[in-house]
Amino acid sequence: MEIFIINLIGATLRVSTPILLAAIGETYAERAGILNLGIEGTMFFGAFIGFFVADKSGSLWLGFLVAVLSGVVFGLLMALLTVTLGVNQHVSGLGITMLCTGLSLFAFRLNYGGRSIPPSIESFQQLAPFKNIPWLNTLTEQYLLTYVAFLVIVPLAWWLLYRTSFGLKIRSVGENPEAADAAGVNVFAVRYAALAIGGGLMAAGGAFLSLAQLGAFTHGIIAGRGWVAIAIVIFGNWNPVRAMWGALIFGGTSALQLRLQTMGLQLPIPYETFLALPYIVTIIALVLAGRNASYPAALLKPYRRE
Amino acid sequence: METSRLRLRFVKTDNPPVWVRPLIPVLALVVTFILTSALIFWANANPFETYYHFLIAPLTTKVSALEILVKATPLMLTGAAVTFAFAAGYYNIGAEGQLFAGAIAAAGLGVAMKEVPAFITIPTIVIAGFAAGMLWATIPALLKVKLQVDEVVTTLLLNSVMGFIVSALLNGPWRDPNSGWPQSPEIGASAIFFKLIPRSRLNLGFVIGILVILVLWFVLTRTSFGLKMRAVGLGKPAARFAGIHVGRTTLIAALVSGGIAGIAGVAEVAGIQYHLIGDLSAGYGYTGIIIATLGSLNAVGVFIASLFFGLVDAGAQTVSRVLGVPVYLGEITQATMLLVALGFFLLQRYRLRRM
Repeated sequence: MEIFIINLIGATLRVSTPILLAAIGETYAERAGILNLGIEGTMFFGAFIGFFVADKSGSLWLGFLVAVLSGVVFGLLMALLTVTLGVNQHVSGLGITMLCTGLSLFAFRLNYGGRSIPPSIESFQQLAPFKNIPWLNTLTEQYLLTYVAFLVIVPLAWWLLYRTSFGLKIRSVGENPEAADAAGVNVFAVRYAALAIGGGLMAAGGAFLSLAQLGAFTHGIIAGRGWVAIAIVIFGNWNPVRAMWGALIFGGTSALQLRLQTMGLQLPIPYETFLALPYIVTIIALVLAGRNASYPAALLKPYRRE
Repeated sequence: METSRLRLRFVKTDNPPVWVRPLIPVLALVVTFILTSALIFWANANPFETYYHFLIAPLTTKVSALEILVKATPLMLTGAAVTFAFAAGYYNIGAEGQLFAGAIAAAGLGVAMKEVPAFITIPTIVIAGFAAGMLWATIPALLKVKLQVDEVVTTLLLNSVMGFIVSALLNGPWRDPNSGWPQSPEIGASAIFFKLIPRSRLNLGFVIGILVILVLWFVLTRTSFGLKMRAVGLGKPAARFAGIHVGRTTLIAALVSGGIAGIAGVAEVAGIQYHLIGDLSAGYGYTGIIIATLGSLNAVGVFIASLFFGLVDAGAQTVSRVLGVPVYLGEITQATMLLVALGFFLLQRYRLRRM
């Protein structure tokens, strides 16, 4: 039983990583007043381009870097549409998701054809700092990116948002852009920056899936994880640390369903019930948290200097 | 001091010249063509030849021209579904899942009603598909109206859940034992939408699509409910102040939207596939959002946009078959056109002035 629980916690950390990165990225975008529904596509493109570059160059880190840069580019495209042009944020985001999906699948088909078994690469190795203590090893044998996400990105994102003037600017342009502008903040530049950071983190989450967790790229690699991340942002009340708890709840449910599946229990319900469970739990968590959700006041509203 | 520099500035204008509006789709198409030609070069094809097969060749033969209407049918329905919700300010991103809810109803009843004559079966599956889409849309709609839970997120998540339900059905109780693919048994002949033109795939679904577009036009422009919906869409506080029951209006718009998306699923099962399959929809629910937007949330616009996207979908298949350019060029073109057109729509509100 202890083994089962330790196993489960270890798997939870692994499964939560991509969602956590994406959720923090979305937190930054939304804190600046932009709902980025391009998240699903940005993750998908990050997963693809990371895999593609790593496969062609032989360097996983180069693949990861290019993936993050691609996310920054799509974040800036989102900024061009919603910040400069003031286009509807829902539609722009979904358009970017569609564009990213199309581009990834186009390039994938062109380079790998329509083969039924997806090509794979040698993925990142897991770190094992406590090899000699079995139970601790089960818990801590994780990818470097998982360590970075939980121990560096989360505190850094929190600190940046709440303890620096840059974070104050992000929050102010998302709450009251007129006042921020009057106080001398460049609303447009801050929103561009927040979307660029956010896009980079989303793509990093996608690249984690293809370069670490799977070592391959498949059509269903993201499978709605971006939408889950958006739910987690609301659940976490736009706070990176609380988003981490949300990501862990989703990750925990996912890890649990994977374990239950591999245990091969003969259950009277289809295994898809377990696959759907994390999404349903996310909706329930959203409903429970929804009453206290305090949306950034300027979310969805383009800012115009008239 | 006079400066000799020529200074140009964008100035906001409320009445753009009439010639600008029809120019936007043309400009958007040209820019999209330029942007996507890089990809076409990458696929070792000639952009001009590709675009000929993409947008012109499908119009030149009767078979391929009818195929455009076949491809436009689900887009017309999901476009109308999304318009209905968006017009009331309810962001239903769940048309994809609601489409599958309707498809499940059609596939189930289509098999169960094998012995029933077509004039009963066909109306029944259409109504059942509407009801199923509506039922699936009830969850996020009630959460929104009663508990203020954001509908964008819940509808997106429920699309994933619906994907698992379909997969559970196809791998479990509904799996056709005579087929190697996960698909449900073929629906009865009485449930199959009859062909409008022999030896084509064009079927009753297209007529239903046009009827729905007409109803959409009528409701939005000729009824007091349409007026209420648009008032709620423009601003909830003002609508409430005007005495409109905002919650009820939103709820009805959301449910009808889900129902129309459900009919799209019925049309795909009864008109094209005759089975429930996991790949029933090529993201039609999401494309519907693009169609509704490009159609400026009005019925005529949705109709034109869905025909054009039908052409793009049919053309992408031709291009893939003839020139070996991956079929995803269609999706990329649609997304690029959307983003470019959105930019141009805004620019039409500005004029270039010399300062």
